[in-house]
Amino acid sequence: MDKIIIENLSLQYADGIESLRGISLNIREKAVTVLFGPAGGGKSTLLRCLNRLNDLTEVKASSGKILIDGKNILDPDVDVIALRRKIGMVFARPVVLPLSIRGNLTYGLELAGEKRRSKLEEAVERSLKLAALWEEVNDRLDDPAIALSGGQQQRLCLARSLALQPEIILLDEPTSGLDPISTGKVEAALQELKKEYTIILVPHSVQQAARTADYAAFFLQGELIEYGEGQSLFTAPRQKRTEEYVTGRFG
Amino acid sequence: MEKSLNWREFVITRLVKASGYSAILFVALIFFFLVREGLPTFWKADITSLLSTRWYPIEEYYGILPLITGSLIVTLGATLVAVPLGIGTAVYISEIAPRWMREILKPLVELLGGLPSVVLGFLGILLLSPFLRVFLDLPTGLTALTGSLLLGGIAVPTVVSVAEDALDAVPRAYREGAWALGATRWQTIWRVTFPAARSGVLTAIMLGIGRAIGETMTVMMVTGNAPVLALKLGSLFSPVRTMTATIAAEMGEVASGSTHYHVLFFIGMVLFLISMGVNIAASSVVFRAKKRAERILS
Repeated sequence: MDKIIIENLSLQYADGIESLRGISLNIREKAVTVLFGPAGGGKSTLLRCLNRLNDLTEVKASSGKILIDGKNILDPDVDVIALRRKIGMVFARPVVLPLSIRGNLTYGLELAGEKRRSKLEEAVERSLKLAALWEEVNDRLDDPAIALSGGQQQRLCLARSLALQPEIILLDEPTSGLDPISTGKVEAALQELKKEYTIILVPHSVQQAARTADYAAFFLQGELIEYGEGQSLFTAPRQKRTEEYVTGRFG
Repeated sequence: MEKSLNWREFVITRLVKASGYSAILFVALIFFFLVREGLPTFWKADITSLLSTRWYPIEEYYGILPLITGSLIVTLGATLVAVPLGIGTAVYISEIAPRWMREILKPLVELLGGLPSVVLGFLGILLLSPFLRVFLDLPTGLTALTGSLLLGGIAVPTVVSVAEDALDAVPRAYREGAWALGATRWQTIWRVTFPAARSGVLTAIMLGIGRAIGETMTVMMVTGNAPVLALKLGSLFSPVRTMTATIAAEMGEVASGSTHYHVLFFIGMVLFLISMGVNIAASSVVFRAKKRAERILS
């Protein structure tokens, strides 16, 4: 089933650097959809439209629709705060907040008004297990989160968005600063998570795109060039430019 | 060729080094001079007289307590004005204002910081003090409160520009992280940006206090200059005299080498120690915060 339907989405930043041009894309529920392509293609911009993080950047013009469960989230009346609780996001550089490990995890819930300790504790354990971090940190939850290694921090950020029990998880090059072992752990966690969640990933390499994609969309300079199942797109691309990029002829 | 280049490098390095060291030298010389002129107070004037509550140098009453409390109450009042106003402004400029507004406000605040204090004192005498006299029904408008309000105004630009820099230095990623978790704008400011900028904001407050305590011209013009012991909250509404104003007003007319002369330098020493204390407190806060960050990151 399609979780997200993007219809003819266009966007231009005030400084005119990066933009999206007439993107239409249906994103499947409970699968990993990969948005890939060279830098400046609009992948991050698209991610940031999905949770309306672009509201806080200066956007010159935007048009089109994004339907999540049939509702247009670009509608000005939409409760953006509630929307962002429904859609978790993990950034390229792990952004741990200057709090303890536990504090990072309960932060979003506390903002949402959850005060019951039992609920918070439960969320901490559940989300850490989902992000494959529980084994490594369960004996030191009150240590400052910044003391964790880069890979652990990134999984903590993943756990932090999972603590809010979102429906969709957006990941913007989540492993660009990680070593192969940590990257492997994050990717494995994603494969587990896709049973429950809709995952949209901007990978930091074509190889990662090919490894993780159930569905893949190739972006080039603000346009969606090709979209299809991961298997076929990486082995037998229909578009010439996709083939050239996937085989490393440019990029 | 090679040799002349080396030689130039040598001279320039030395010059830069010398100008760096000169700052230390000047502070040391100033301190030495203050101490040399101030210390004789202890044997020329009575200690009991120094600690009394009466400042009337013509009849050899050198009680400096009214001056110290005068300075403290005016500074306290100024802090109460400058901190909320300054930090509020800094948060607005750095977190809330749209870009065009920020581009107008920031230079404007900095301009305010460059305003000569005598101009503010002038406005204080002509506008603020008559207004306060009528509005609060006081016998005179030249009170500690008048001084506090104006000094607060003087300290605001310092607090704003340092605090705004600190807030601005918080990585955008922190804010986006909080927004993506569904934090409102206010929650992001209060629970993420502000704690992350804490040491810079504390420095801003300390520098603001330092600016207020050392200010002379404005307070001399608007606080009434009556050396009365200010211990109650009510003293805010009566005239006081600060240490800085005393030195400025009396130094020109004192006979060099007299007891009065040495006592004025002694007051200067006290002032120097107080502002040094504020600065040390400020830098130790920053230092502690830095050390904690280093410990965590290593």
